[in-house]
Amino acid sequence: MTLAETPGPYFGQFGGQFVPEALVEAITDLNDAWQSLKNSKTFQDDLAALHRDYTGRPSPITEVPRFATATKSNARIFLKREDLNHTGSHKINNVLGQALLTKQIGKTRVIAETGAGQHGVATATAAALFGLECVIYMGEVDMKRQALNVARMRLLGAEVIPATSGSKTLKDAINEAFRDWVTNVQSTNYIFGTVAGPHPFPEMVRDLQAIIGQEARAQLLEKIGALPDAVAACVGGGSNAAGIFAGFLDDESVKLYGFEAGGSGIDTGLHAATLTQGTPGVLHGSRTMLLQDEDGQTIESHSISAGLDYPGVGPMHSWLQDIGRAEYRSITDAEAMDAFSLLSKTEGIIPAIESSHALAGAIKLGLEMPANSVILVSLSGRGDKDVETAGKWFGLLED
Amino acid sequence: MGTIDSAIIKANQESAGALIGYIPAGYPDVETSIEAAVALLENGFDAIELGIPYSDPVMDGTVIQQTTTHALEQGFKVADFFAVVRGITARSTKPVLTMTYYNIIHAYGLEKFATNFVAAGGVGVIIPDLIVDEAAPWLAAAKKHGLETIFLASSTSTDERLARISQASSGFVYAVSTLGVTGARTSLDQSARELVTRLKEQSVKNSCVGIGISNAEQVKEVLSYAEGAIVGSALVTALVEGGVRKLAQLATDLVKGKSR
Repeated sequence: MTLAETPGPYFGQFGGQFVPEALVEAITDLNDAWQSLKNSKTFQDDLAALHRDYTGRPSPITEVPRFATATKSNARIFLKREDLNHTGSHKINNVLGQALLTKQIGKTRVIAETGAGQHGVATATAAALFGLECVIYMGEVDMKRQALNVARMRLLGAEVIPATSGSKTLKDAINEAFRDWVTNVQSTNYIFGTVAGPHPFPEMVRDLQAIIGQEARAQLLEKIGALPDAVAACVGGGSNAAGIFAGFLDDESVKLYGFEAGGSGIDTGLHAATLTQGTPGVLHGSRTMLLQDEDGQTIESHSISAGLDYPGVGPMHSWLQDIGRAEYRSITDAEAMDAFSLLSKTEGIIPAIESSHALAGAIKLGLEMPANSVILVSLSGRGDKDVETAGKWFGLLED
Repeated sequence: MGTIDSAIIKANQESAGALIGYIPAGYPDVETSIEAAVALLENGFDAIELGIPYSDPVMDGTVIQQTTTHALEQGFKVADFFAVVRGITARSTKPVLTMTYYNIIHAYGLEKFATNFVAAGGVGVIIPDLIVDEAAPWLAAAKKHGLETIFLASSTSTDERLARISQASSGFVYAVSTLGVTGARTSLDQSARELVTRLKEQSVKNSCVGIGISNAEQVKEVLSYAEGAIVGSALVTALVEGGVRKLAQLATDLVKGKSR
């Protein structure tokens, strides 16, 4: 068994199925369907056709020399361009697979949680494509931060329901979606957006996102005839990181780096640095690293990026950190926004603020690494949805 | 301190069955939640299921969520939970159970939680997000300290799972009567009756049906086929609307459903 194909439900001491009994049948059915479909040639062919004809895969890799020079990087920097996918992020890779699966198991309604709105938009898109009823749960705070994505989901025919409990962000949207699933399990499939949650979600979402790393590995080998020295990705729940890591987990020479949201700074307590600051606990169906107090109450996370604003993380990242295969660090809002601005100005690519955390991480790696190293960055999404946030941050908006 | 098993057997000998009430610890404050639980027990309830407020209660309906959120905002700590248990067990010999999400116990330490809960007089634990498949570490701690663990059974559970749930549970099996999160339902799901029948086929002696019970007629209906009825949201709504007094009135009414 390769590291990249490690099966659930457990990744070392992390993972599992911490769900209400009422959901066991649903996740069991989902797992059975996934285990049979993932090895089905028809399913994989259908999915490959969708990737090619609908999403626009393979996404290119782009070297960004002006960005590298501006950051005094010792390394060459390549971006894996998930921002160019239909709907603007890597999220589409996962939802097309899960929507295909939903059809296969005969359910007619899909629900999803969303933070930044990217997974919600992707799910609403797939639901429209497959003719499925679609309900998206989104934290009330996130709905304000990402108003355009809310409008996008509604245009696509989805119903968007605000999560008004707790911190009114991603974690609360997940709570609401689980409540919906418990109630409507007979008609409904839950299209989970990241590598967190109960088994089989971490394994399934990783497998559906692995195309990022598999493509990038082949593309880099073709372009420069070598593997990268380092791979950098942002980590909220961790799906784009799991996807790009999957291409390189078994290449011992390739160092893997995940960058989580440092928010206003670790010392302020206002961050989403789950892996580096958290402790093991159980949230949303799996045992993983969490931001929690001594009583086990979840601590609200903070990040300028709605997509990284999550107090938990996919269990495989907790495991990869544990076994030392991947290293995780935090990037502050300010560092991410500097990288956001710099990539826009030097390369004409406006990245998602989420992905800007990986870019800021790559800037740091570029200073640490020897000359002629190669860094591959997962540019997980585009920044169109973030223009208002960036406009305010940099003071670019007229009053 | 009586076990939950003996309390249910006694209730079934003396009446149509057992009535178990849910109270969130620390709502609206520590003292009042003790008074609320004691009021239920003094008015004919057979056991208390004491909720521990948690930040991410995926199985709770709106009413219960509002009260547990309120308790947390008032600074409720898990240490206060043990004070509530002690407060109740000092005034009643009826069994006190807890209903808590797993992360609360996980963070506290399984052994330490079991030790302190037993020391406070608690007898049983219901963990709605812990299925039998994941329960081995907790069951080891619970058994060591003589705590009963009550697992949930759902109408969607297979017979194979019901057998495992039956085997792993002590005290009773908690039958979830409708699909869905806790919240009062106007009519009870027929599937609860079927589930209880299926549980009996798996040699379950005590099935208690919860989620959705709000009046004496529903209590009577449930007790016609199950050994116990669990009331949550309806009690909490009464507590929110009219304090312990209104809660006690509702309790008196619900208990009428126990008469044969």
